[in-house]
Amino acid sequence: MTTASPATPAAPGRRRLRARSGRPPWILVVPALAAVAFLVLPFAGLLVSAPWPDMGERLRDPEVLSALWLSLTTATAATVVSLLLGVPLAWLLARTEFPGRRLVRALVTVPLVIPPVVGGVALLLVLGRNGILGTHLDTWFGITIPFTTAAVVMAQVFVAMPFLVISVEGSLRGADRRYEEAAATLGASRTTVFTRVTLPMVLPGIAAGAVLCWARALGEFGATITFAGNFPGTTQTMPLAVYMAMQRDPEAAVVLSLVLLLVSLAVLVTLRERWVNA
Amino acid sequence: MGSFLDAQLRLSRGTFALDAALGAERGEILALLGPNGAGKSTALRALAGLVPLEDGHVRVDGRDETTTPVEQRPIGMVFQDYLLFPHMSALDNVAFGPRCQGAGRAEARERAAGLLEHLGLAEHAGARPGRLSGGQAQRVALARALAVRPRLLLLDEPMAALDASTRVEVRARLRHWLEGFEGATVLVTHDPLDAMVLADRIAVVEGGRVVQQGTPTEVARRPRTAYVARLVGLNLFRGTAEGTTVTLDTLGEEETVEVRLPAPAEGPALVAFPPRAVALYSEPPHGSPRNVWRVRVDGVERFGDQVRVHLAGPPDLAADVSPAAVAELGLVRGQTVWAGVKAAEVESYGA
Repeated sequence: MTTASPATPAAPGRRRLRARSGRPPWILVVPALAAVAFLVLPFAGLLVSAPWPDMGERLRDPEVLSALWLSLTTATAATVVSLLLGVPLAWLLARTEFPGRRLVRALVTVPLVIPPVVGGVALLLVLGRNGILGTHLDTWFGITIPFTTAAVVMAQVFVAMPFLVISVEGSLRGADRRYEEAAATLGASRTTVFTRVTLPMVLPGIAAGAVLCWARALGEFGATITFAGNFPGTTQTMPLAVYMAMQRDPEAAVVLSLVLLLVSLAVLVTLRERWVNA
Repeated sequence: MGSFLDAQLRLSRGTFALDAALGAERGEILALLGPNGAGKSTALRALAGLVPLEDGHVRVDGRDETTTPVEQRPIGMVFQDYLLFPHMSALDNVAFGPRCQGAGRAEARERAAGLLEHLGLAEHAGARPGRLSGGQAQRVALARALAVRPRLLLLDEPMAALDASTRVEVRARLRHWLEGFEGATVLVTHDPLDAMVLADRIAVVEGGRVVQQGTPTEVARRPRTAYVARLVGLNLFRGTAEGTTVTLDTLGEEETVEVRLPAPAEGPALVAFPPRAVALYSEPPHGSPRNVWRVRVDGVERFGDQVRVHLAGPPDLAADVSPAAVAELGLVRGQTVWAGVKAAEVESYGA
């Protein structure tokens, strides 16, 4: 038997001994650096060409502020809707067997691959004033969706929810189902298993999916402009405002882009620290 | 066969088929002992309702639970790696079951606290499972399973995740903790010591079938398969008895081997004797031992304070001798020796 002795801490400043694994190969390093440059340089360009002297004045422009506010609220609303509908859908796809499950999963991912404009057209054809459902909504309830803030949210949900569903389904499949079995042996119904065991255990995955979903909703352009139009204050979100500004006042577009960039970065960094790495 | 738990489990998965009849009385601990992949855990999961039966039944305390959903079965289960919910404290883990059964929050927590205290974990009630040691986590898992007041307690390899020193302590205390339990317990293990110490009855499972059932003493003294014989450390042979002689079944060997018994028997028989009953000689012995075989030394290894000598026959057998005897005989691999066993040391029973 050896006697236990307290571990001796490494002397400060002493190099840790580690096995040498050699230099990273250039065939990976060079493309990686090119990728970083390609992704980061455009933002550097934004910073360089920004009209810094009258920045403060431009930022107080009510049109900028209302577009920013609209973007943040609609993207958040779209994320909430996606969570309420998408998490149950992801659970069904991951945990149950039903006829046509593969087909449903394929259909759910369609919005990821089609151009958002096409999504906007499709939404318009179904929910537009003369659309298949839209006609009835209008005549029976007096509800018109297109070209309202609700339409902005719906367009965003349409393009962003698949990100959430795929991400949450992935973490549900990755979760250890034996914990759910353990809960069942303790008398938990499937609902209780879901709310008290599954949900808390896949929360990081749901948070990551929600962040992805929110980011996608925030950047949504094509479906929004087609289905919701471009009305300042009600449907003109930041991406639309950037696009419009680009036509008449490119400097304003740069300012709007910078604002959008900073807000997105701030939110993503905050959420990342709070959730994704948890 | 027990009447409190009465189960006939039949199911197949790919090439594996389980066909096992299990029973236990109220308050009894039944151990399913067997090698890895024998179907012990599958049998336990079938009792819990976690895998569906193709045929058979599960009756607990006179009630048919064959088709009862898992969450409504009167069971408590301790999983091999415990599966404590990582996002809940030890107390909330234990209170989870009572809450699911409809107890109020305060009542559930009170019951959980009582169980944790009973198992000596009162000061760890607020700890997350990640902060518990293996032994503590195991006790929390046991408390969680007992909290639902099951009539059938299922323990899947309860010692497997513990380190060797904790295992000794837990093995000794687990039986004590289970003493007040009024239902039947089914325990899965591949460790014969767990089964011998903890169980009232042992069912040996091999290849999806129960090959032997009995009390630990019966199983240890009269093993029915080579696997059990090896586990309990006996030399075991199969043969046919006639009078006080058993002729061993030869597996294609030309030489017939006979074993003399202390008492007469007839028909197919199993013959068992412990390795320590085997004496080794360098010359053919005269006198007392009535069974003498010429064998070859196949291997020598340290076994406690004895030396285990593996001998190639026929018959193939193991002998435990003192280190002094090894030196005296100058045992080396390949050497020819004579192995002697007194007839009085041989146990024979019906095959």
